[in-house]
Amino acid sequence: MIKTNVKKSTFPSTVPTNKIKIPIQTRITKNIVFLGLLCFAIIILYPLFWMFISSFKSYQEIYSNVWALPTEWKVENYSLAWSKGISSYFINSVYVTLSTIILTVLIGAMAAFVLSRYKNRWIDAALLFTIGGLMMNPQVALIPLFEILTITNLIDTHWALILTYVAYRLPLTIILIRAFFLTVPKELSESALMDGCTEFGIFWRIYLPISLPIVVTSVILTAYFAWNEFLFATVFINSSELKTIPSGLMVFRDALRTDWGVLLSGMVIATVPMIVLLIFLQKYLVRGLAEGSVKG
Amino acid sequence: MKIKRVKITPILFMLPTVLFLGLFIYIPLIQNFYNSFFEFSVFSQTKEFVGLSKFKQLFADGVALTALNNNVKYAIISVILQVFFALVLAAILEDKFFRRFAQVFRVIYFMPVMISISVIALLFGFVYNPQIGLLNSFLELIGLEQFAKPWLGNSTTAIYSVIAMSQWQSIGLITMLFIVSIQKIPKDLYEAAEIDGAGKIRRFFSVTVPQVKEATFVNLLVTVTGSILVFNEPYILTNGGPGNSSMTLAIHMYQTGFVKDDMGYASTLASLIFLLSAVFALIQIKVSKTGKEE
Repeated sequence: MIKTNVKKSTFPSTVPTNKIKIPIQTRITKNIVFLGLLCFAIIILYPLFWMFISSFKSYQEIYSNVWALPTEWKVENYSLAWSKGISSYFINSVYVTLSTIILTVLIGAMAAFVLSRYKNRWIDAALLFTIGGLMMNPQVALIPLFEILTITNLIDTHWALILTYVAYRLPLTIILIRAFFLTVPKELSESALMDGCTEFGIFWRIYLPISLPIVVTSVILTAYFAWNEFLFATVFINSSELKTIPSGLMVFRDALRTDWGVLLSGMVIATVPMIVLLIFLQKYLVRGLAEGSVKG
Repeated sequence: MKIKRVKITPILFMLPTVLFLGLFIYIPLIQNFYNSFFEFSVFSQTKEFVGLSKFKQLFADGVALTALNNNVKYAIISVILQVFFALVLAAILEDKFFRRFAQVFRVIYFMPVMISISVIALLFGFVYNPQIGLLNSFLELIGLEQFAKPWLGNSTTAIYSVIAMSQWQSIGLITMLFIVSIQKIPKDLYEAAEIDGAGKIRRFFSVTVPQVKEATFVNLLVTVTGSILVFNEPYILTNGGPGNSSMTLAIHMYQTGFVKDDMGYASTLASLIFLLSAVFALIQIKVSKTGKEE
């Protein structure tokens, strides 16, 4: 590869190549574009790399030389971050995220089943009701939800987050799963009905197992939302011991004024589960984002 | 007997969804408009009817105007960078010249999308830090220290610093969405254009752009809606400051309600946010539906 490059640039017109001829001008443009892509990649990667590296430094070291690698890798930053609160935020996040996923996917799949299998006036209305839910945003509902949760005594409990997260993820989840359910061949459920299978059986034994890919997509999108949600987590939960990671990090920041290394370790811990989950299941995530066309 | 059973299942299956959406989406929406006509605070039991006075307040509210202005800036910059730039980026990454590296670049660009916005915002607190910040020390390093400034503490740069961070985080997402739709374009269209002697740039404008029109439109709407609703980024980085220079509508709503304890006026602001975002959301639902069904 390098060899041909050199040859070409020295004798552009005389050296015949058996490969496709690339004019020199195109090659220069190509290299400039490549350099652009590389610069952009560095702009994206460097802050993340810095976060990771600095999470092993002491405050003095971050302050005196931001760019340097740590002279002494302070692994104890991580155990400090963990014991000073991240562990409980982490467990809360896992609990809230898992509950949200189970409820959203189960309830969503049930609704999608109905909305894809039946057709009458009521079903059309229910579909419209579901799609309409997409128009609502957490920002707009913040105050009334705060009132409702206060009246029902749910404020400052994990249920405040789980129930509202489920509600806000349902419309998109239902639309995604329904689109998949519509492609399930009618013959499958018809023959099952003949064999005496109930409607619930058709849902549980045929539709759900067949739709595993879209269910995985929904699980990831929901996990991503619930793990990272910030606004509700900040407003609906006051007690520090009930906070999830995104809002817990704010408490952490205020409590740790100068312990930047520890704060950065906390940030890394908050990031790792999503990165791991998504690296393995990226295909499903991109598909969900493309089909739902939604931002985070 | 059988017919009855068939009818009860859909109702049972639909019930949880109707309850969830009704209780946590539709009732709050109505409640919010209702609240706009009242004076009340977080802990007050009573609401005092004040008619349209909260709406009058809205028209005289300079902070709301600043906020709206910032939301518009957010939208314009995001559309240029996330829709136009991301499309070009996606087209480059799908070009056969760059196929070999595309996989790596795609993963790198997409990385910030996976990270929680609170982590990103805290991280950019370090990037923008006036003393040790990466941005200022980088400027110093390349000899441009006269441009170093307290990015978030300066009322002219604060909002742009926040917007820049958002672009950093979300360009990868929109790029990925464009890549997905570029991959769906039939290859023979490009081949035909190439035979006709169309160069790369020509092919981009006469094949790629028209073929991803629908995706572009949806991405545009998503970006604009997101810009109207933006809360987390400026809230964590600047809390709308200094002064009100990086205020957005959602932060103004939050502060009015939960800091100044004027829930009635905060509801009015929320109604404004809803009306603005609902228009774009409605168009989006319409567009994606025509593209998907049948």
